[in-house]
Amino acid sequence: MDAFSAVLQGLPMTIVLTLSAFAIGIVGAVPLAVGLSSSNIVVRLACRLFVDLVRGVPIIVWLFLLKFGIQVGTFKFNPVGAAIVGLGVVSIAYLAEIYRGGLESVPRGQNEAADALGLSRGTTFLRVLVPQAFRIVSPSIATYLTGLLKDSSIASTIIVAEMVFQSQAFARQHPTMEGILPYVLVGILYIVLSLPVAYLSRSLDARMRKAVYA
Amino acid sequence: MNWLIEWAGYLPQLMSGLGVSLMIAGVSIVAGYPLGLVLSVMVQHRNLAVRTLGLAVVEIGRGAPALVILYLFYYGLPKFGIAFESITAACLALIWNSAAYSSEIMRAGMQSVARGQHEASAALGLSRGHTFFRVIMPQGMRSAIPGLMGVAIQMFQGTSLAYAIAVPELMKSAYNIGSQDFNYLQIFALAGICYAAISMPATWITVYFEKRLARHT
Repeated sequence: MDAFSAVLQGLPMTIVLTLSAFAIGIVGAVPLAVGLSSSNIVVRLACRLFVDLVRGVPIIVWLFLLKFGIQVGTFKFNPVGAAIVGLGVVSIAYLAEIYRGGLESVPRGQNEAADALGLSRGTTFLRVLVPQAFRIVSPSIATYLTGLLKDSSIASTIIVAEMVFQSQAFARQHPTMEGILPYVLVGILYIVLSLPVAYLSRSLDARMRKAVYA
Repeated sequence: MNWLIEWAGYLPQLMSGLGVSLMIAGVSIVAGYPLGLVLSVMVQHRNLAVRTLGLAVVEIGRGAPALVILYLFYYGLPKFGIAFESITAACLALIWNSAAYSSEIMRAGMQSVARGQHEASAALGLSRGHTFFRVIMPQGMRSAIPGLMGVAIQMFQGTSLAYAIAVPELMKSAYNIGSQDFNYLQIFALAGICYAAISMPATWITVYFEKRLARHT
């Protein structure tokens, strides 16, 4: 088997890890972002502490903590589960911070105008603030997705058979010069994989700008 | 209470690991930022060959996961007879990483300097070198400070990846202690606290600087 097909064997797992964690993050970050901009100081501080703590600890520590540290009765995480939950929780924290920035950048007048129109708080949030905030943060979310793609490589340290893990397996079997190939190829593959996301983000950004300033 | 007593016993061993982590982070910052400055100039250079080379180094450093670059240095290059000690490989990989990330931040900072500054320097008859080093760079660097602090925190956290090539840093020390008596939960929680104890205050300081700089512009 050549190096490239060896690396490609890990591609589905890399994509599964990235997209699952991203899905967890995208949804889970919503309540946290609301908490971060809550007017209740206890809620706000608790959410802030959670976000800063999750972001202050390297991903590899979270993965090891889940994989080796958690045992409830007979339940233990398998490597893939630990990787998805770990990367998911980290995504929640990072995306919540991105959402909060977006919500804060919506002009205060929008809130007041919605209030003056007699819109309920829920309607104001969902129909006025969120659509405008989303336009502002969509490029940051795309950037985070490419970061998450790269961070999924850390799952190889808890023996998840994704791309970097497969590269290592190939390199171990080929102690000759050929053994450097999988590392070069996997590096290029990560860059190539992040290109469509970057492209999507740019075109999304351009479309959103048009929608705002039309 | 039991946990606290055990933690106190683990702490000395972890501290020596933390020292190695901080050392690697320090090297990657001290060597990486000047390289980042060079790269940021290369990326804006008129000469196509210089610009392409700079772009390639930056894009690989930012686009490939740090773990892959780490493995490339530690497992890949020895197959060509270029072998490093694990700690050297970790430093080299993270230097590349920090140079690539910091170069983008410095470039953005320097591009944010108003065009009038370039024109005024030209009108005053300053040479191009003078314009860059005495006018553009000081102003651009100022606005790059919070971003560079962010990269420094990222580098400190990135040192945990050196675990994967058996560098005796914080994560590796934690793992070693854990595999002696299988107290993985306690030991990794303590390791996490050690990382957070440095990253969290550093983040708060960065946010403070960000706000201060935003006030002045």
